[in-house]
Amino acid sequence: MCLGLPMIVVELRPGDVALAEYEGVRKEVSVALLAGDVAVGDFVLVHVGFALSKIDPERARETLALLAEIAGLEAR
Amino acid sequence: MILVDEFRDRDVALRIARVIGAEARPERSYAFMEFCGGHTHAIFRYAIEDLLPANIRMVHGPGCPVCVLPIGRIDAAIALAGQPGVTLCTYGDVLRVPGSHRRSLLKAKAEGADIRVVYSPMDAVKLAQASPDRQVVFLAVGFETTTPPTAVVVLEAERLGLANFSVFCNHVLTPPAIAAILDSPEAQGGALRLDGIIGPAHVSAVTGSRAFARFPRDYGQPVVITGFEPLDVLQAILMLVRQANAGRGEIENQFTRGVTEDGNRHAQGLMARVFESRETFAWRGLGQLPASGIRLRPEFAAWDAERRFSLPEPEAEPPTACRCGAILRGLARPADCRLFGTGCTPDNPIGACMVSSEGACAAEWAYGRARHRGKETA
Ligand code: SF4
Repeated sequence: MCLGLPMIVVELRPGDVALAEYEGVRKEVSVALLAGDVAVGDFVLVHVGFALSKIDPERARETLALLAEIAGLEAR
Repeated sequence: MILVDEFRDRDVALRIARVIGAEARPERSYAFMEFCGGHTHAIFRYAIEDLLPANIRMVHGPGCPVCVLPIGRIDAAIALAGQPGVTLCTYGDVLRVPGSHRRSLLKAKAEGADIRVVYSPMDAVKLAQASPDRQVVFLAVGFETTTPPTAVVVLEAERLGLANFSVFCNHVLTPPAIAAILDSPEAQGGALRLDGIIGPAHVSAVTGSRAFARFPRDYGQPVVITGFEPLDVLQAILMLVRQANAGRGEIENQFTRGVTEDGNRHAQGLMARVFESRETFAWRGLGQLPASGIRLRPEFAAWDAERRFSLPEPEAEPPTACRCGAILRGLARPADCRLFGTGCTPDNPIGACMVSSEGACAAEWAYGRARHRGKETA
């Protein structure tokens, strides 16, 4: 129940609802907690059917680059 | 998928583990507490402790909401579900949590109570709309991740004027529980030594990393807000080792992709509108903690199950051999419990730590035994 998932928004629907996808599985989620700040293509963190926050893919890439650097690897 | 698979790369994980091994000082040891059950689960699932040098130890914390739900609240939920006309909805994990006399919602359901598992609290609202002749009660549990959704459904029930929906609120707050651990006689007296805290990413996505700034400030405890993938956890451990080595106690954010200092202001506003602090709330393992739980504000009394139904007074908890309480306080490990794996298994749990996949005993049962067996035969 506490294990949240990053999902990608594939469609916005009326009533603060979005269709979001994870690993090919699509689900309706509420975006009521994002106060309208959401668009198709956004990554969102979903818990119990609600998007809690957006996930910033740019920051994710920065973290991955840092991890690669720590590991002594070229950033991929 | 981006954001998940890349953070599970085994080759990178092994390399980072080697860096941790190189930077951890051999003359000392490190004990880091992961507060959140999601981290406990990840640490077991990816066998992260096996990658770490022997002088780094992970201490499992109390951040599994199902595990900390006290027996009295489970008993109250069972009683509520037994009232005529009531349909009780909750998350699947809650059903098997043992109450008094080893009763659970699952057993009550088998005996005929109308208890339904929902994935989202919104499903409970829809059920109430579809069944006007039933009183639908949503048993709400969880930390700051599941609280904003509950706030949304209470506001939705108000908007719809839904008279047959209410919430039995058991939401609790993360920072008071961390404070309780750090203030405990064991932590103060040195029996529980902690060198840093792995802070919860998803809770912080709502509260902002700021909510945890008092732990470095007031306790000198390093905190790293951490994601739930194995590379996230390993990076955070390295960050904590570096803080410990340098004698720093700071709040750092490993999960920059989803957490800011401020968090989700809109969600915070909705929570503040719907909920108020309770003077005190009982936690399994930690006891009564001041200002650690929340309830619906009086304006929302019409949707507050505690005001609408009379609930039984909690019975005193009988002594048992279950070590859940000590495990939730970081003082014992599942293997220290003599019921583990014999009297207590996920199919027949004695304590709540064996119920949820985020509980330390359930995680040890699912992933730890194979590891220990491997070691014995190796
Ligand atoms: S193994 Fe079972 S009885 Fe023992 S501490 Fe864990 S939950 Fe309690």
